[in-house]
Amino acid sequence: MKDLYAWSAIGLIVLASTTGDVLLSYSMKRVGDVGELWKRRGVLAVIGRVLATPTFALGLMAMGVAFYSLLFGLSWGNLSLVVPASASLTFVANAVAARIFLHERVGRRRWIAALLVAGGVVLMAV
Amino acid sequence: MTFRKYLVLAGITVFSTAGDSLLARGMKDLGGFSLHNLSGLLLAILNPWVAVGILFLLTFFACYMSALSWADLTYVLPATSLAYVLVALIGHFRLHEVISPTRWLGIALIAAGVGFVAAGPSVTPARERPNSQSAPRDTVSLEVKP
Repeated sequence: MKDLYAWSAIGLIVLASTTGDVLLSYSMKRVGDVGELWKRRGVLAVIGRVLATPTFALGLMAMGVAFYSLLFGLSWGNLSLVVPASASLTFVANAVAARIFLHERVGRRRWIAALLVAGGVVLMAV
Repeated sequence: MTFRKYLVLAGITVFSTAGDSLLARGMKDLGGFSLHNLSGLLLAILNPWVAVGILFLLTFFACYMSALSWADLTYVLPATSLAYVLVALIGHFRLHEVISPTRWLGIALIAAGVGFVAAGPSVTPARERPNSQSAPRDTVSLEVKP
């Protein structure tokens, strides 16, 4: 039963942090290259434009949900299960989500990278 | 990719690692928290380790957002995983912790994955992106050429 709780927390972490990453990435693509904007209009323009992007706030909220799910997950499961499992699944889920929602071209190179990193994260925690 | 952009990617790795370590160091001073002691959590930022840690994590977030403004999510994310490698290497060389063969293999896999992505393009063609038309014209990145 405790395992079930831990794995549902892991599922929630993966879902929330993937949602957050996709929303934040989408927002920053709408804002445009921050470095150029900073050079031309100054730092206040950058902050203003980021905060004026509604999806940015949603992304932050999703990240908050992910953080609290992690805290709950840690209270039900082991640190050595929850952290690596959610981190590595998030890498793979993000590759899928970026392809579907952000229309990034996730070619063979990036698939291999996502799987290598996901596997590496698991091994680091063993 | 310019030098400045690699600097931002390095900032993601370094500041997230340093921020997490500083937070962990500070929280060790303060002891455990419970739900009945939430005011203590607010006072935690008075601890210098925690305060600097939060400052570093904010810097990390700024670097992360900056990177996402000119690079794909699938390009930036592997760079964040280098933080795991950095923590392990700091532990090994500064604190003389023993790294098991499995962990070395994990380090190698992460490094290989990051290298794989970094060698490729940072932005894949944005022509099909639904948001590229609606974004203000003057801020569409110069790197996002069709």
